[in-house]
Amino acid sequence: MSTAVLALRQRLRRVPLSVIVVSIIFLVIVLLAIFAPWVAPADPNRQNLLGRLKPPGFEMRGITYWLGTDDLGRDLLSRTLYGAGVSLSVAVLSVVVSSLVGVTLGMIAGWFRGKIEILIMRLVDIMMSIPAILLAVLTVAVLGPGFLKLVLVLGLTRWPRYTRVAYAQTLQVANLPFIKASELAGAGAARILFHHILPNIAGPVLIVATAEFGLMILMEAGLSFLGLGIQPPASSWGSIMSVGRQYIERAWWIVAFPGVCLFLLVFSVNVLGDWLRDQLDPRSRSR
Amino acid sequence: MLRYAVERLIQAIIAIFGVLTIVFVVMHLSGDPTLLLVPQDASAEMIAQLRSQLGFDRPIWVQYLEYLGGLAHFDFGISVVQRVPAFDIVVSRLPYTTMLAAGALVVAIGMGIPAGIVMATRRGGWLERLLTAIVVTGQSVPTFLSGIVLIFVFGVTLRWLPTSGSGDFASLIMPSIALGAISMSTFARMTRISIIDELGKDYVRAGRARGLSLGSVVFRHVLRNAAIPVITIAALEIGNLLAGAVIVETVFAWPGIGQLAIQSIQSRDFLVVQVIVLLISFVYVLTSVIADFVYALVDPRIRLVR
Repeated sequence: MSTAVLALRQRLRRVPLSVIVVSIIFLVIVLLAIFAPWVAPADPNRQNLLGRLKPPGFEMRGITYWLGTDDLGRDLLSRTLYGAGVSLSVAVLSVVVSSLVGVTLGMIAGWFRGKIEILIMRLVDIMMSIPAILLAVLTVAVLGPGFLKLVLVLGLTRWPRYTRVAYAQTLQVANLPFIKASELAGAGAARILFHHILPNIAGPVLIVATAEFGLMILMEAGLSFLGLGIQPPASSWGSIMSVGRQYIERAWWIVAFPGVCLFLLVFSVNVLGDWLRDQLDPRSRSR
Repeated sequence: MLRYAVERLIQAIIAIFGVLTIVFVVMHLSGDPTLLLVPQDASAEMIAQLRSQLGFDRPIWVQYLEYLGGLAHFDFGISVVQRVPAFDIVVSRLPYTTMLAAGALVVAIGMGIPAGIVMATRRGGWLERLLTAIVVTGQSVPTFLSGIVLIFVFGVTLRWLPTSGSGDFASLIMPSIALGAISMSTFARMTRISIIDELGKDYVRAGRARGLSLGSVVFRHVLRNAAIPVITIAALEIGNLLAGAVIVETVFAWPGIGQLAIQSIQSRDFLVVQVIVLLISFVYVLTSVIADFVYALVDPRIRLVR
């Protein structure tokens, strides 16, 4: 066995079993979401009004509905698979938007200081005194629902956390000798911020991003559950479950399957996030 | 102490002012707020009339000043749907949300803090692992999912508790648990971390060296010191619980301001939504100020530093 493989096995042995298990769960969900069009047994929007609210394993005209059907007779397995893609892409894109905005503002505040620092950090304080879900509910209600609007609303309500972390880290890094050297060598602010400071503050930012990723999945699901997110006929797990809520007495499966998937996804993201934090932040490992 | 209090209050006033401004900006994001306030099938004349009546045809800064002036007089506008002051509608629903938030806080503190104490003092044992799993689970289940599961198990299957409710104790139980679950995890984590921080300090070692048991050191000395970060969390959680009520109240058909917010969005009654957002944000700012004052009272070091 080559030394590289041995080294890899050594490293993997130190990874706790729970982290390996949740990584596998996470990967499976991501892969199913990406390959939903090939994996799904049926068109997620094809209605079958004779087969409404049928339990898992229901068969009709040679088609087996493994997870049952919803209130319009649509295949729940296919809808859940397609819904995974919607939930994940909203979460990924809104984390990208919020981290870009938040980290840039945080680095600007920490590097330039002075008035712009006061302005940005005050805005952070203010944004953090409005509960994010409320601001998102109000904004979506004003702008109207839709995939892109949802991403923008989630992204633009959840940037302040990144700003706080990026700001505090930039203050620490800014006085290091190599930054000073680069500045004296004539590097512009943009070059210093994105080439020298950003790589050095990436760890703490990544910790925030994983925690936010789990939160974004929950917020998207919550908004779609309230009817303010993804609109029919497209489906996300939240919107499937809001239909299922109405039929809970007759058809528990409509809530159960997307609900279990949602839980497994957020659970694995949270466990991975905790582990990642312990790896990147040695101070918290003892805790 | 007085100087600290004044500074903190000024900060809070700036925050509230900022919140008012952000809500104003969001309400104008769609371009013409009149369109938010009329039924979807309104005629062009009706829209134009309402626009000039509400002053939305004037320059934006005039509207902004009028808006602030109105708020200063507690004038939050008249609900377009119900034709009564928006503020009164919200206040009439407030007691239900207060009850729900209090119930959730009882669940969160009553379960979260003991769990945190056990997790900090029994490290490495099976009990700690079990509680850690419960805490991470509590964090990963969205409130609407835990709400639906509770309804299915205790409401539909076992028929122990009513599935929706209007104020009596039995109908308060399930929504409180659903709403409190995530906070419970937050309390458990914070309690655990702050106790572990305290356990590493010299006075704990000194107490143990003099023969005190771990339990008596924790209960007599550590808890008091570890309480400070937990108090802040409690204050912030009140705001989060009120915001979370939007979803929980919808699931359980609980007649508080959260359900009212969603109903008002559906009936396009945006002035009511605006009052709710402002009210909850105000409580959020206020509780964090109170938390800081309690902090300063409990721990004189904080006063002296500033």
